Amino acid sequence: MHIALAIALLVLASILFHALSPWWQTPIASNWGSIDTALHVTLLICALAFVGLNLFLAYTLWKYRHRPGNRAHYEPENARLEKRLTFWTAIGIAGMLAPGLIAWHEYVTVPADAAVIEATGQQWQWGFRYPGRDGVLGTAAVEHVDADNPFGMNPRDPYGRDDVLVETNELHLPLGKPVKVVLRSKDVLHDFYVPHFRAKMDLVPGIVTYFWMTPTKSGSYEILCAELCGVGHHQMRGNVIVEDQRAYETWLGEQMTFGQMLAEREQQRGAGGTQLARAAPPAGAAAKAGGR
Amino acid sequence: MATIADDLRPLHHPKTWIGRYVWSQDHKVIAIQYGVTAIGVGLFALVLSFLMRLQLGFPGRFDFIQPENYLQFVTMHGMIMVVYLLTALLLGGFGNYLIPLMIGARDMVFPFVNMLSYWFYLLSVIVLFAGLFVPGGPTGGGWTLYPPQTITGGTPGASWGILMMMASLGIFVIAFTMGGLNYVTTVLQARTRGMTLMRMPCSVWGIFVASIMGLLAFPALFVAAIMTILDSVVGTSFFVPEIVSMGEKTGHTGGSPILFQHLFWFFGHPEVYIVALPAFGIVSDLISVHARKNLFGYRMMVWAIVIIGGLSFFVWAHHMYVSGMNPYFGFFFATSTLVIAIPTAIKVYNWLLTLWRGDIHLRVPMLFAIAFLFTFIHGGLTGLFLGNVSVDVPLSDTFFVVGHFHMVMGVSPVLVVFGAIYHWYPKITGRMWDERLARLHFWITFLGTYAIFLPMHYLGMLGVPRRYYALGDTVFIPDSVHYANMGITIAAGLVFAAQGLFFYNMIWSLFRGPRADPNPWGAASLEWQTPDTPPHHGNWGERLPTVYRWAYDYSVPGAARDFIPQNEPPPAQNPAGGPQA
Repeated sequence: MHIALAIALLVLASILFHALSPWWQTPIASNWGSIDTALHVTLLICALAFVGLNLFLAYTLWKYRHRPGNRAHYEPENARLEKRLTFWTAIGIAGMLAPGLIAWHEYVTVPADAAVIEATGQQWQWGFRYPGRDGVLGTAAVEHVDADNPFGMNPRDPYGRDDVLVETNELHLPLGKPVKVVLRSKDVLHDFYVPHFRAKMDLVPGIVTYFWMTPTKSGSYEILCAELCGVGHHQMRGNVIVEDQRAYETWLGEQMTFGQMLAEREQQRGAGGTQLARAAPPAGAAAKAGGR
Repeated sequence: MATIADDLRPLHHPKTWIGRYVWSQDHKVIAIQYGVTAIGVGLFALVLSFLMRLQLGFPGRFDFIQPENYLQFVTMHGMIMVVYLLTALLLGGFGNYLIPLMIGARDMVFPFVNMLSYWFYLLSVIVLFAGLFVPGGPTGGGWTLYPPQTITGGTPGASWGILMMMASLGIFVIAFTMGGLNYVTTVLQARTRGMTLMRMPCSVWGIFVASIMGLLAFPALFVAAIMTILDSVVGTSFFVPEIVSMGEKTGHTGGSPILFQHLFWFFGHPEVYIVALPAFGIVSDLISVHARKNLFGYRMMVWAIVIIGGLSFFVWAHHMYVSGMNPYFGFFFATSTLVIAIPTAIKVYNWLLTLWRGDIHLRVPMLFAIAFLFTFIHGGLTGLFLGNVSVDVPLSDTFFVVGHFHMVMGVSPVLVVFGAIYHWYPKITGRMWDERLARLHFWITFLGTYAIFLPMHYLGMLGVPRRYYALGDTVFIPDSVHYANMGITIAAGLVFAAQGLFFYNMIWSLFRGPRADPNPWGAASLEWQTPDTPPHHGNWGERLPTVYRWAYDYSVPGAARDFIPQNEPPPAQNPAGGPQA
């Protein structure tokens, strides 16, 4: 008897918890409203099933509880009922799957005009790279990483010279412009996650992964690492600042390019220069290098 | 149909106490060995989870929990609960005990291999625990053990701990293979006269299909374990590409971290069902017995088990939607994942329809079965969020996932395990447990676990990430989240303490409990019809039982009692007259 009441009350408590709890999605700040829509459709269908099934359970437990003289009904199966239930379940499933797949199609289709920026991860910090004036990210790989070249920029790639390198855990994005975020890890798995953007993707050493989005609300949002990456996992934080185009460009202009960084290091080391700088082709060759 | 002969001679009757209780080849003793070991290990993992909750509820208050300890707790807790507790208990424990008794066999078909299976399992547990004491401690790479981090600096136990874990898993797979082959062969070859496959109780069906799945899935884990050991010790590069770890290159080149994830989840997802299917089967039987009603849609239930088992090999990458694998896989795996919800939903409907128009006796095993229905409906539905690829993107790696999988494959199977232990305890021990303690244990466990895991879903919606030692100052996480974490920890403490009632009840009743009736619930299935309680070695005395009907003849119209045992002949074929129960 108590269990029937308990199930009914738990359903009621779950609904109240949902209505009253202060914990819900953060206000969305990207174009991924379609993900939220798919989530809300899923929630609605699942909530109906949850309430319906459990209230049926509670009612059954109460109505058919054992009383002296009771005897259960004997009915091994009922093919028509089972077929009907299967059919309506399939409809409900399709109702959830369709908006989910539509949103996923959007998620994997990067718009042609998306700007490219790169986020790199290492235990336990973020770095960011912008393609610079040529609009192309230079090649980079772990084999080039050393103390002078934390991003692993290929010193022979002319496209990398004007890349803007940011090592401060702070990413700036222009408001309202689609951006493809390419992801690279130097050591272990990480995951670039901004709750307000809804989007996330793992950084996988050895390959380049990506996702895309359009920031739709200016402000400062937190970046979390969402894939376990060692003892400092919970401290691998960053910030993304979404601002209008002018502020963004001003900020970008203040950052160092790979070329400037190399020059500065060379100055610091005096006339000898570094191996890295010597290996680099002269500036003129960059323009002629052409297609890659 | 092939049956093991009535002849008792092939059985190795033990001559000494050690032969009877230690190096035993009796499936019932092996089952208890498996069960007690698994529950003991699970108790350790329960303590770990409470330590984790202490850290999350009261961050900074307990100095002895440092980030590396926290991650080690997370890892050991997860791996132990999934593999060393649930898999071992449901298959090694319940599988061993129930299969021969339910199908009318004297024992497993390979009793010696069955014994070896347990001792290899014990060895895997010993190696696992030895891993606690190696330099650097146990691995803290998360129960998924994703490389490269499990074998590189920055992760606790990256040198020795991970090797012990992988070695232990390898040994476990060997133990499981010996057990699993036995269960499958016994079900196929040793059923008694009249016990057709479609007369077997659902418990046997669930364990049978789960065993086949284990035989197909565990090898993927086995090779992943060996390849990780090679990457770590010999310097091969199966899973590790060129990386710079802690400022130094490791010398690896060209490996693929995602390959490990495919191997892991090719094992890991079927593993969910390896745990779930026996629980599904057992709960079907509990509901039918205590509702005094035939299991509704038995054939559909059996087919649902088989279909779920088959489909579960085609959904593994739904754990990897944001892993960086080719994103187009998402379309396939989201579809296959949501399709598997259909046979699962059918099972839920049929459980509910079994109760409908029943004569429901709310005894303790039934209470646990009903609680399972509630938590499983909850956990199954939240799975649809995570399986639905784009909805998974904001939720993956958050507390929503933690809430979901604990509800669906933590709380739900554990409730079934409790129900099953209360249900079969009188048969196993010949004694009855204390009703009041059992009810108290039930209510605290059921309501407490819901209080623990329901709020976690909402924290996950907000975006609170999992596997975080501390949330620190995070702007989007309000103070109220810290209060929620405190509340969850307090609920966890209550549930943790309530398990003391269970252990006290089980141990006390073993010695002081009243003698139990051989068939206290009036169950129709074969294990309740043994000549002795607890059953002796060989189970059936001189002659194996003959089966005349399915396991669910409850409240048959016209019958004198509200159940007809499986071995009771129909009146027409019983010229001697009178049932031979």
